[in-house]
Amino acid sequence: MIKITTPLSEEVIEKLQIGDEVLINGVIFTARDAAHKRLYELLEKGEELPVNLKGQIIYYVGPTPAKPDRVIGSAGPTTSGRMDKYTPRLLDYGLKGMIGKGLRSKEVQEAIVRNKAIYFAAIGGAGALLSKTIVKSEVVAYPDLGPEAIYRLEVVDFPAIVVIDARGQNLYEVGPKQFLKE
Amino acid sequence: MRNLDVNEIKNAIKTLVVKANQELSTDILNALKVAANYEKSEVGKKILQRVIENAQIAKDEELPICQDTGTAVIFLEIGQDVHLVGGNLHEAINQGVREGYTEGYLRKSIVKDPLNRINTGDNTPAVVHIDIVPGDRVKITVAPKGGGSENMSQLKMLKPADGVEGVKQFVIDTVRQAGSNPCPPIIVGVGIGGTFEKAALLAKKALLREVGSQNPDPFYNSLEKELLEKINNLGIGPQGLGGRVTALAVHIETYPTHIASLPVAVNLNCHVARHETVIL
Repeated sequence: MIKITTPLSEEVIEKLQIGDEVLINGVIFTARDAAHKRLYELLEKGEELPVNLKGQIIYYVGPTPAKPDRVIGSAGPTTSGRMDKYTPRLLDYGLKGMIGKGLRSKEVQEAIVRNKAIYFAAIGGAGALLSKTIVKSEVVAYPDLGPEAIYRLEVVDFPAIVVIDARGQNLYEVGPKQFLKE
Repeated sequence: MRNLDVNEIKNAIKTLVVKANQELSTDILNALKVAANYEKSEVGKKILQRVIENAQIAKDEELPICQDTGTAVIFLEIGQDVHLVGGNLHEAINQGVREGYTEGYLRKSIVKDPLNRINTGDNTPAVVHIDIVPGDRVKITVAPKGGGSENMSQLKMLKPADGVEGVKQFVIDTVRQAGSNPCPPIIVGVGIGGTFEKAALLAKKALLREVGSQNPDPFYNSLEKELLEKINNLGIGPQGLGGRVTALAVHIETYPTHIASLPVAVNLNCHVARHETVIL
């Protein structure tokens, strides 16, 4: 287990390898389909983003509503591939990390390498467990999107696995090959 | 003739959608425990242990097991000697879903139109399948279905000449192409026969069968076991990061079909396979 703190420096990112289990601490931002579309369109028009995401991590999540006594509801990752169209632009802008689940496109993988960024997987279907590592949650942009708004989350020891590292190694390709039986 | 107030159906659905989303059923939990012991990948083993821990937290703290609390898929078997009174059945079903998803702090994941995509705000309408059966009881099964695994499901109209080998190939290809997206370890529901839409419904119903139960037909029982082994040989593993456990079970349902047809549907379910039943 490697403890890391956001925002991520290139030094930290370069040390991480696929298969490394990390515990993320600090601030991360949520965004999924609708928020990505808006961020992408702002960047394309050369306009400022509503949140400074330079050096930051985006978590692809649409949590359940928080019960009155809780910070957030169940909050596991959604499928990252749906954001692939928008991700290279965000990485070129300065985003450093992503947390989600599942394969990324070739374009995303290239943008990760080009920008010395990193892609983590959180466990899909473990939203109750993951919610316990989130200690603060507030909407910082696009409240009209409801569960798809951009939230600023503070996390303590949020567990994730490095699945695409800054060298372009991909655990979704390497991992299954080791266990394939012809 | 027995009178049954649709309000009772509404109340049952309200309770079941919340329970199904918070409590993983014993068959799945047991299968996950066996899988965690068996898994050879270190990362895979840890993922399975965390998934089991997650189920416990969800139950103890009354939180959804997964944030994708799904489309409310509801199966009703209505006895032909039941007279439903007190209102419109479909409105009662949707009211149950509405109250359950709102009061139970579940996520609302339904958009009103598939292209205009405005959220309905209360997770209605449900997807409802009704069978009329003998008797004077009503059996309600609520099976919330997540989008990630539903998106990786497939249907194909094979040629009869493709036979059992064609079916095996299609099932395995579907799981391989799905890779990490349906949140493995998965349950694989296979519907063979009938017509285009019947095969899809059979595949969905196959997901309701208890994990670990045997198919009563010896031929299909052995086909299920063979497919499970072949799927686990793909190496996809927990969350698609490599391992021995890609699926927990393969369930096959069949129906007579046309002399020219061999429809096959493969409906995938993530490891958070939810279904709760009550009989009124």
